[in-house]
Amino acid sequence: MTNLWTRCNNCQKILYKQDILDNQHVCPACNFHFRLSALERLGMLFDEGKYTRLDEGIFPVDVLRFEDSQKYSQRLQENQKKTELTEAVVNARGKIGGIEAIVSAMEFAFLGGSMGSVVGEKVTRAIERACVERLPVLIISCSGGARMQEGALSLMQLMKTSAALARLGQERLPFISILTDPTTGGVTASYAMLGDLNIAEPNALIGFAGPRVIEQTIKEKLPKGFQQSEFLLKHGMLDDVVGRKNLRAYIIKALRLLLNRY
Amino acid sequence: MKKEEDFYKLEKDILLLKKQIDDLDVSEEPGKKEKIAGLRAQIEKEWAGVVPHLTATQIVQIARHPQRPYTLDYLTNLVEDFTELHGDRRFADDPAIVAGLGFYKGKTAAFIGHQKGRSTRERIERNFGQPNPEGYRKALRVMKLAEKFGFPVITLIDTPGAYPGIGAEERGQAEAIANNLKEIATLRVPVVNVIIGEGGSGGALAIGVGDVVMMLEYAFYSVISPEGCAAILWKDQSAVAKAAENLKIRAKDLLELGIIDKIIPEPPGGAHIDYGQTFKSVDKHISQALKKLEQKPVDDLLKERYQKFRKMGVFSEK
Repeated sequence: MTNLWTRCNNCQKILYKQDILDNQHVCPACNFHFRLSALERLGMLFDEGKYTRLDEGIFPVDVLRFEDSQKYSQRLQENQKKTELTEAVVNARGKIGGIEAIVSAMEFAFLGGSMGSVVGEKVTRAIERACVERLPVLIISCSGGARMQEGALSLMQLMKTSAALARLGQERLPFISILTDPTTGGVTASYAMLGDLNIAEPNALIGFAGPRVIEQTIKEKLPKGFQQSEFLLKHGMLDDVVGRKNLRAYIIKALRLLLNRY
Repeated sequence: MKKEEDFYKLEKDILLLKKQIDDLDVSEEPGKKEKIAGLRAQIEKEWAGVVPHLTATQIVQIARHPQRPYTLDYLTNLVEDFTELHGDRRFADDPAIVAGLGFYKGKTAAFIGHQKGRSTRERIERNFGQPNPEGYRKALRVMKLAEKFGFPVITLIDTPGAYPGIGAEERGQAEAIANNLKEIATLRVPVVNVIIGEGGSGGALAIGVGDVVMMLEYAFYSVISPEGCAAILWKDQSAVAKAAENLKIRAKDLLELGIIDKIIPEPPGGAHIDYGQTFKSVDKHISQALKKLEQKPVDDLLKERYQKFRKMGVFSEK
């Protein structure tokens, strides 16, 4: 019976698990937003939770034969098994408030949502597909940044995805970037910050460098709330911070405004 | 040469030979030409024996060598009337990035590069070549200026990375980098990039993308510093060498992976051993690249630029 109860990592209150699930994985006591999987995200965003998955046939390769305490190829297998996904992003299409859209949702549980060749390729395909089919794009970011195990190939995905977004912009098609906890490194330094609208969930860690790296560099304690969504909003980097309960409604409204659909 | 030997020890012999050459060069000694040629051949031979055994860590040491030529050394030697343009017109001037206009082969071009300091004082002033967002925004401002007047853009990359600081985050380090990538993708003038030293991740990439990406032979380019990678994946600073090997950061690795287009040869021992030879080599490669790019219609140039990065990445498809 123990797994009926859980503790909120933020307010430390003991909570009935079902209450959290019923509340879209938000703590009913302190409004802490728990991390969601890519599929949960897609389910919450699309009308009636219905969508078609796209670009499923792309698989990662251990091209550098990278090996730290474990082989990268092994890590990939383990993460695929654990998440039942092929990689750290899921592409989908479906209707949001009746509006057809292409969505890429990142999966943090897959190697920290890191971006290697496959994530870069899938995000780029989502954007290119939107260009061809003249649809809006949403990317839900949740990532520690570029994937180290694919070396500079991962770094190049920043350019690949950003260049695709430049094309989307030339086609005058909207891109809404949704930043969730955490969005850092190479993902922030490419598509996550390039939205026509940049929207974040509350209390999400968003930044270029990770807080530990900054602390070690400047040898000072970081101010409270540093790199949280609200901090970025204050510094002009986000259009708004929107709680999960209102996110879908907000996205529908934003799409209608951007597409001029009253 | 022992594999684990520090590069600074390896270079001693070469420096001694180079000093003999320099001394001979200014002397009145009879037959000095032949003697210099002989010494040069000796250097080449010594170096040829070292090169195949160079470790990734030693390459990193060469790329970070305190005597390695920096952006301003290249600009002073290759560009006429280089005129530095300061500031991003938004917040500040970032001394970690130098940008400006100058004449290159008789025509105006824009130049942008990371600049490390040579003296301790200058290093601090230039933040060790680690830009803040205003540096990237200055770079973009000058690129847009070049686009407006139809000047090609030449960038020189040499940074440990974008600065991880409080102010940098407040002012949108990530946004500045991302925006540069997006804007360069459609910049309507030729863009040539040369990685001259350290290619430190996003901080390098933000001014490191264009139509032709070239790299000096002993420069390195990486998604994360070997030190950072060792700390995260190995949780052990003694694993830096392993991290450096695993990351495949050398010019020849990156050429194989299709990330760079060309390797620019360095003199034996590295760029710092012979500035003159290095500048000549870089100059030749930049001018050749520009010549080809300037013949292309802009729309073709942009299509090819898109395809170049579009193709990067390795995966399997079923």
